[in-house]
Amino acid sequence: MLLTNTEEIPGKRITAFYGVVSGSTVRAKHAGRDIMAGFKNIFGGELKGYTELLQESRDEAIRRMKAQARQLGANAVVNVRFSTSSVAAGAAEIYVYGTAVTVE
Amino acid sequence: MDALIQLIFFLTLLTLGYVFGKIAEKKHYRSIIEREKQWAQIPTTSGRRVVGTDREVKGVQLATGSVVISVDYFKRILAGLRNIFGGNVQPYETLVDRARREAVLRMKESCPQADQIINLRLETASISKGNKNQIGSVEVLAYGTAVYLYPAATATHP
Repeated sequence: MLLTNTEEIPGKRITAFYGVVSGSTVRAKHAGRDIMAGFKNIFGGELKGYTELLQESRDEAIRRMKAQARQLGANAVVNVRFSTSSVAAGAAEIYVYGTAVTVE
Repeated sequence: MDALIQLIFFLTLLTLGYVFGKIAEKKHYRSIIEREKQWAQIPTTSGRRVVGTDREVKGVQLATGSVVISVDYFKRILAGLRNIFGGNVQPYETLVDRARREAVLRMKESCPQADQIINLRLETASISKGNKNQIGSVEVLAYGTAVYLYPAATATHP
């Protein structure tokens, strides 16, 4: 499954469109990570726990989007967009969407 | 007595935040500048097309990089004061700047063999919203399409 965030795939020709596909996850961080983040709020610096958390959720969202595209018979998703929002304190929603297509 | 203890506690946090925050920021900027030089070989544009070459495209791939960075206690207090007087909130400017550059670097590091990255997009979100403390930390996601090209000499025309 080919993914790009451009409208067309450089060097390839799109032969069929299947419409928008999307995937999303909502994840909460566990307490251990939260405590570490509390310390980091004093000293500053990267919150590795959060970075990993968002990375994992993004991978999961992409997996779901790919599954949906595969079901439609597509072999690529173009114009992929990400969006992140916090639905509650300590939980983040990752949403990814794109257009499922077939390329030759 | 209670007030005194609280004041000491507050000042300790302030000092710790100032010292460690400053060290962390300097170290981070040094590493960013060094790695930016190292990764300058992968041209990155926010345009949609492959630029500056007539070589054939071999393949494409979605590349992402993300980072969550938190501001230190001292800067948060400083920014709080800024809210009273208005003006540039410099502590947060450097925070977001660091986060963006780091995210772009991580995106490049995720595809070291790429020849170009096109259609770069940057997404910024504050994930600690809803907690009673303010912004504090930002998440930056950088994503783009990594393009792999055929070597100039062996370019084939289909």
